[in-house]
Amino acid sequence: MSQSSGSSSYENVASPFCGLLCDDLHVTNDNATIQVIKSRCGATAGFERSLPDAKPQISGREVSLEEAVTAAAGLVSKSNAPLYGGLSTDIDGIRAALALADHTRGVIDHAYGSVIDRNMAVLQSAGWFMSTLTETRNRADIIVIAGSDVHKLYSCFFNNIVNARESLFSDIPTKRTVVFIGEGLDQSGAVGERIGEVITLACPLDRIDTVLSVLLARLRDHPVRGDEIEGVPLSDIEALRKRFLEASYGVMVWASGDLKTQQPDLTVHTMSEVVKKLNETTRWGGLSLGGTEGSVNATAVCGWQTGYPSQISFANGAPDYDPYLYSIDRQLADKEGDLLVWIASITPDLCPPETDLPMIVLGTPGLKLGKQPDVFIPVGTPGVDHAGQTIRCDSVVSLPLRNLGRSSAPSVAQVLSAIKASL
Amino acid sequence: MLIKLTGGKLYDPANGINGEIRDIYIQDGRIVTPPADMRVTEEYGLHGRVIMAGAIDPHTHIGGGKMTIGRLMLPEDHRKDPVAHTHLTRAGCGHAVPSTLTAGYRYAEMGYTACFEPAMLPVNARQTHMEMADTPMVDKGAYAMIGSDDFFLRQLAGKQDIEAIKDYIAWTIHATQALAIKVVNPGGISAFKFNQRELDIDEKHVHYGVTPRDVLLSLARAVKELGITHPLHVHGCNLGVPGNVETTQKTIAGMDGLPVHLTHLQFHSYGTEGDRKFSSGAARSAELINNNKNVSIAVGLVLFGQTCTASGDSMRQYGNTGAANPKKWVIMDIECDAGCGVVPMRYRDKSFVNALQWAIGLELFLLIDDPWRIFLTTDHPNGAPFTFYPHLIRLLMDKGFRNDMMQKIHPDALSSSILPSLDREYSLYEIAIMTRAGPARSLGLKDRGHLGVGASADITVYEDLEDREAMFEKPLFVFKNGEVIVRGGKIVKVVQGATHVARPDFDKGIEKSLRNYFERFHTVALDNYKLSDEEIINGGDGGAIVVQPGSARV
Repeated sequence: MSQSSGSSSYENVASPFCGLLCDDLHVTNDNATIQVIKSRCGATAGFERSLPDAKPQISGREVSLEEAVTAAAGLVSKSNAPLYGGLSTDIDGIRAALALADHTRGVIDHAYGSVIDRNMAVLQSAGWFMSTLTETRNRADIIVIAGSDVHKLYSCFFNNIVNARESLFSDIPTKRTVVFIGEGLDQSGAVGERIGEVITLACPLDRIDTVLSVLLARLRDHPVRGDEIEGVPLSDIEALRKRFLEASYGVMVWASGDLKTQQPDLTVHTMSEVVKKLNETTRWGGLSLGGTEGSVNATAVCGWQTGYPSQISFANGAPDYDPYLYSIDRQLADKEGDLLVWIASITPDLCPPETDLPMIVLGTPGLKLGKQPDVFIPVGTPGVDHAGQTIRCDSVVSLPLRNLGRSSAPSVAQVLSAIKASL
Repeated sequence: MLIKLTGGKLYDPANGINGEIRDIYIQDGRIVTPPADMRVTEEYGLHGRVIMAGAIDPHTHIGGGKMTIGRLMLPEDHRKDPVAHTHLTRAGCGHAVPSTLTAGYRYAEMGYTACFEPAMLPVNARQTHMEMADTPMVDKGAYAMIGSDDFFLRQLAGKQDIEAIKDYIAWTIHATQALAIKVVNPGGISAFKFNQRELDIDEKHVHYGVTPRDVLLSLARAVKELGITHPLHVHGCNLGVPGNVETTQKTIAGMDGLPVHLTHLQFHSYGTEGDRKFSSGAARSAELINNNKNVSIAVGLVLFGQTCTASGDSMRQYGNTGAANPKKWVIMDIECDAGCGVVPMRYRDKSFVNALQWAIGLELFLLIDDPWRIFLTTDHPNGAPFTFYPHLIRLLMDKGFRNDMMQKIHPDALSSSILPSLDREYSLYEIAIMTRAGPARSLGLKDRGHLGVGASADITVYEDLEDREAMFEKPLFVFKNGEVIVRGGKIVKVVQGATHVARPDFDKGIEKSLRNYFERFHTVALDNYKLSDEEIINGGDGGAIVVQPGSARV
């Protein structure tokens, strides 16, 4: 960090707003106004958002932080079945939420719990063969974008990984084949020096599972009848099968939150089985993109502290996991639980679900709220207002998040720990 | 405050004390000579009890990405061992891949006060330390994995000076807050990414043209010359492959007398004799170890039941996926740094192969003479969960019990093993060497693993029971830094252990080429890759960093 009168400058800043955790940002803070001076990351708006003034509130009435914490602790104490949702926070925030959920025998579930579950269902039933971003950047000669709009959601993937200027293992960067499975996906990222052929299997996005299943069947040498599958000529699938087998290192990319098929977990399973089958003779890896709003942090910390990814109940004292029973969305819809504690510290868009239950919100200032919560406590964003740590979508790399000095709002971990201490 | 432990029988091999009755005095968390003018404020009458230093597990997979993959993959295993919170401890899960919190509690309840994660991928170091921070009660530390990372392989293939390799290794130890260096399937994890399916010790990596022997020699030399106390921690080539005792022989012979620690030797001691082309190579392995004083080992014993194998060895773990039970597995290529493979396994006493693996592990224990060079591990959770240690100790100390257990295994495995003819029974002194003094000396933990004046007061007190399993399962007391943390095998106080690290000297000029490499090829910035002291000290419930001294760089 360098500093001059009221202005600070930070380099190599990691972005809590980017699903790929870009960390090349050069950021300045001029009297609490953050500006991103330089970055290849496409998701920097979160830094520059103007932060509305926000004070802790009890039923809309401004109070001190201490009063808000005491009121929140009162609601938690009274509750017999608290629901801890949202969980958009850093590692320490998830740790604190788990400690409180454990202590109060609550249910804990990330806002994207059902999306996390699409991958977890595969991990828990069949496993998979995966790659990571640096491996993909340096090794991939075929990249398959399967049924999700990767470039629209995570432009950094094409800009910084696929189109990286240099790669290991060859002085002349090799060109990559890019395959899009599904029609209407944004292909504008697949241009540039690193891109060779672009192939599209133009099936409806809700039918990619059928196309992938046929591809898998053909890889397993099962006969398939007909000339066309969901609008894709069988000969195209056959040609792709050959190319896949000839790849030196292929990567199958998906964003499970954006899959449009009826049973996305089964679609992820089929993609994983394609990758597994190809690995019998050549080398492939899967790559699941996602992980915004701290969802990878939640999966990981819940995973190492309880053995389960999300959707966990501590009601009987020990962690109990059930993706259906302990989905907070379902619990709210079925009028279960008696208190919602909603944690949304990263973007203002992770609004709490509609509910009649009493509600405590730990939110970034400007968080969109349907109804007025019983207690609102503005919290800092990790990586902007306070330091922290966060884990990337490939579940391997984690990065430090910096305190850029935007506001002095407390962290989620500090507020939850204060609530726990007041019980 | 002066605490006195009165009348216990001490087994303290680091100080040559073998079952002598002595008093121990504790002040400010350390073992002290009692100050003449000070009154004892707390006294524990321990007549007839056995006292050892807190146990140290030098090879247990307790933290890092692959363990959390294992945890997330096995909900059905957790459901058999749910762990409820108490007024002191947090909820979690146990058995094969326990939650971090439960692992810390259960280690302490068995008398362990330090645990070391042996396979920290440098790129995963931050998460490994996060998980270790969430492992309470015990001290911890980790060994950074090098040897299949592209930066090192480029150095080696480019015939860079050993000094540059040393600087890179030392830099990695600092950047990842590691205590030692581990190599896993040397060069093989990278070779697998180039679609090589095996890499024997003298086989060339298709891209880099280097062999596992080249990797081993340069790393072992670098670790020694950097003055890092723990020798290169080696998970060799061909893990689990029948006939790999040949590879083990070549590996040892190829080290030119350099110090090395061969881990989970059981998985590397297989022959190809018999109808099933799978036989015990333990006698040969043991002879090699007995004759080569530069080599220490951990056994990695297999015990029967459900567990989960987790390793950086993506190549060999992929080879094991056919045996996955339940049928699911994860393999990963990771960041041009390493890889991992997580394969659940159910070892069965009625399976010939599993039963013979069990016998091979015990043969190694009983045939290797020097307990200072053999550490008691199951390579948790690869051979079995660490909670089996008391059972394993009884197998080693009690020939009658061992004979009873032998009758339960596949009869062909027993008849092809020399185990029935081995009468050795380990003494308490030898157990104390294998579980305390030996690992502490090997890892360079100056004030752990012994009961001498100045040692950290990490002390375990056992009832002297004839049933050694029952004895080691539930210590009477466990002291951590002089405080009672376990009484009667149950936690009475939750504490946070320290993280042990090494800090070898290096030329900071290495960062110039690393920075260039990161900018050209990596997806994170060099400065963010490095794990700061503050992140460890402030992470979770926090914890101190203990820098263990090494010797001077050569």
